[in-house]
Amino acid sequence: MAKHYIPNSAHKEEMLKEIGFSSIEELFADVPKGFIKELNLPEGKSEYEVFLEMNEILERNKTVLEMPSFLGAGTYFHYIPAHVKYLIERSEFLTSYTPYQAEISQGMLQALFEYQSLIAELVGLPVVNASMYDWGSAMAEAALMTVRLHRGKRKKFVVPKHTHPERMQVLKTYGKGPGVEIVTVNWNERGQIDLEDLKEKVKDAAGVYIEMPNFFGLLEEEIQAVGEIAHDAGAYFVVGVDPTLLGIVEAPGELGADIVVGEASYFGNPMNFGGPRAGIFAVRNDPKLIRQMPGRLIGMTKDAEGKRAFVMTLQTREQHIRRAKATSNICSNEALVAVAAAIHIATLGPRGIRELGEVILKNTTYLKKRLKEVAELPFDGVNFKDVLVRFEKPYKEIHEHLLSKNIHGGYYVKPHFPELGEAALFAATETTRKEWVDALIEALREVV
Amino acid sequence: MFRQAKWDEPLIFELSHPGRVGYTLPKPIEDVEVEIPEKLKRKSPLNLPEVSEPEVVKHYTRLSEMNYGVDSGIYPLGSCTMKYNPKINEELANHPKVSFIHPYQDERTVQGALKIIWELEQWLKEITGMDRFTLQPAAGANGEFTGVMIIKAYHLDRGETQRTEMLVPDSAHGTNPASAAMAGFKVIEIPSNESGTVDLEALENAVSERTAGLMLTNPNTLGIFEDEILEIAKIVHKAGGLLYYDGANLNAVLGKIRPGDMGFDIVHLNLHKTFSTPHGGGGPGAGPVGVKDFLKDYLPVPLVSYDEEKDMYYLDYNVPKSIGKVKELFGNFAVLVRALTYLKIMGRDGLKEVSEVAVLNANYLTQKLKGTRGYELPHKELRKHEVVFSAEPMRKETGVKALDVAKRLLDFGMHAPTIYFPLIVHEALMIEPTETATKEELDAYVEALKKISEEAYTNPEIVKSAPHNTAVRRVDDVLAAKKPIITWRMYRELKEKGEVDY
Repeated sequence: MAKHYIPNSAHKEEMLKEIGFSSIEELFADVPKGFIKELNLPEGKSEYEVFLEMNEILERNKTVLEMPSFLGAGTYFHYIPAHVKYLIERSEFLTSYTPYQAEISQGMLQALFEYQSLIAELVGLPVVNASMYDWGSAMAEAALMTVRLHRGKRKKFVVPKHTHPERMQVLKTYGKGPGVEIVTVNWNERGQIDLEDLKEKVKDAAGVYIEMPNFFGLLEEEIQAVGEIAHDAGAYFVVGVDPTLLGIVEAPGELGADIVVGEASYFGNPMNFGGPRAGIFAVRNDPKLIRQMPGRLIGMTKDAEGKRAFVMTLQTREQHIRRAKATSNICSNEALVAVAAAIHIATLGPRGIRELGEVILKNTTYLKKRLKEVAELPFDGVNFKDVLVRFEKPYKEIHEHLLSKNIHGGYYVKPHFPELGEAALFAATETTRKEWVDALIEALREVV
Repeated sequence: MFRQAKWDEPLIFELSHPGRVGYTLPKPIEDVEVEIPEKLKRKSPLNLPEVSEPEVVKHYTRLSEMNYGVDSGIYPLGSCTMKYNPKINEELANHPKVSFIHPYQDERTVQGALKIIWELEQWLKEITGMDRFTLQPAAGANGEFTGVMIIKAYHLDRGETQRTEMLVPDSAHGTNPASAAMAGFKVIEIPSNESGTVDLEALENAVSERTAGLMLTNPNTLGIFEDEILEIAKIVHKAGGLLYYDGANLNAVLGKIRPGDMGFDIVHLNLHKTFSTPHGGGGPGAGPVGVKDFLKDYLPVPLVSYDEEKDMYYLDYNVPKSIGKVKELFGNFAVLVRALTYLKIMGRDGLKEVSEVAVLNANYLTQKLKGTRGYELPHKELRKHEVVFSAEPMRKETGVKALDVAKRLLDFGMHAPTIYFPLIVHEALMIEPTETATKEELDAYVEALKKISEEAYTNPEIVKSAPHNTAVRRVDDVLAAKKPIITWRMYRELKEKGEVDY
């Protein structure tokens, strides 16, 4: 039966005859008997019917446009300028594969080189790969990399206890392969890393990791000291960063990081229920680090006539060449997500990036100020996006009340950190409106 | 035929003019001064381009015009399954009800999203003959890693700590050994026999009480169906190992043959290959992993389950022996929306038609090209979805290599096949037309390859110096590796030192 996605359905007989076969079955003659069978699946439908059906399913989602939401905790509602999506939907980008044939893929290669370059400027390290799956996988691979850099003689990776739980879980899974020992450091009374505890635990570490901002939404003020402690112990310093912060906060590369990871999809990509995303992975310009880094690298070179050109480079680290000895198994990455991020960053430019950071910081501060009126703030410091608040009542009751007012409350933290009590993270970004925050506080007053 | 634009397009940084802006931000709610602690304040300059929106749009439009996609023409990159990506998939993936939902929303407010994940799982279960799926992995390799971690957890759970070896055929994708190594396994390579399939004797000799499993692609990367699969499964299972199915080549058997019926215990699929979600220049993909019942307690958390009584979908963290998480949250959700859309439109009849015509197209091309001077067809003649020719005779007789053939194809406005893979074929040209190529495209491709053969024997220089018509001429990848320039920042430094002239 002819299908509209399969042009040669109409020519099966004729083609078979031309190559000397009598039937399609003959093409499957090498398949052992009994394997081929009819599957218990629905019949195909028309595009229109599926359009209606999918719309009906999607109707059961309630978006943040229909219900003000204060959810953050690693996924944020940012506005994406319309032209970003328009550009990455250009089918030459959208429908291409990994640029193995450089000459006919110069557009994608240059766009990815620009992504690498823009991220390098933000994070302050000169070598950036063409993306990992997400912040979590980038962080986990950074941990494996620090162990490799110590030739497996050091297997300890030190992370704050208040590292994002999703990332921590990915790290744990990835760490099981080479047997990485994950050591956690406590937070202090200000909700930031406890340097004394770190000093005690850093001995023989392969790497030390810290996030900016941390899981509580706070800027870690002693980040440079953390780097020094790591380096003094002979460990690599890995910084995870929300890049929307980097217009107003110093680049981690300038603060001593050897490896920077983070989430690139905060630029240019919608939340999409959590994916696709793209992990940032950047290192110092040190051959030892570059040789050990995971992922694809796009390099600038020239063509046979001396003209500037772009190509995938240093591929001998990668799985398709090095196989079992590769630095990582990553093959498909998140190229299109990275290009969207690049277009968004380029659009913002230095002024836009700074302003974005400032607006988020100010909106977060407003949210925080208002939350203080109705709840306790366990930690005080500079908050960016997320604010940790503690309630006296069970958070579930508060959540139900907010939902009944068509407001989505924050992220319940207790399942991960029971010691914090009935705590939740409430978040703001540049998209947060004053009337949303005011309605939230009013609703909270009714219930707390 | 595709004609690539030739723009001398500068880097976005080189388009910068101080003072230009590309976007206006909303004002803050309240204009309070917030002090960033002095030691954290940004002091280093932000060397980002200053460009307006029209410049951004023109720049990236031009770059797109210098790129080849499935929509540009035939793209028979072997083992990558570059099929047409239906546009309705995009329309639904870009729906506001997909874009604007947060992964931590109350389950009651994202029933649609959870239903999509659940429904897609039901399709994939029936297609593969598996009992439970995770849709969390972000790509095929991420799925492989998930799969081998499950195998590891299974053996450890049974106290079989000695099972430290993963068997991988020499024709396998590079991700297989890399994923196994990442999970801490020692990789044992299994040679292929003369017909291009797994050498049973070598497999018998390789299995032992140390065997954790065998990772297999069927049909394999040569496009050949492993017809002794039942024996293979028996050998591996008898030794106590598990059989892992790399779904990269599922397109060849889609809707007809199920890995679960062939003895496989665990599979990963590539939604960006078989299920028509576009590949975006290297990603995002999605690599769901399915397992037989006895392995379902090891899957990553959370799964999506359905409560019939309440008619509610929910995130199920009750996976007692879960390997944990392999990616944040629930995977590449927007990719899942595309795949489900495709499946619903294709249905049972359409999916079967996919594999039948994909196999027909591959064999049509094989037969039409066979016998052309310079190209040799090693191994069995009957292929599934892809065929690997060897340009070894051409290299010996004329000095024209597989790489040159590939570059010359670009001049004809066609994408090259995969080259130099699998490693067991010298000067390999791996062609996978998929079911969405037309007969005319197949004929033109064969014609182009024949023309190149003729050129190789009469005017080899024209092939060796190809491509001639593309945006840039042959790219110097040796220089790129010798003098790595990965970012504008590195370029600037070298430029200042006078070390680059490009």
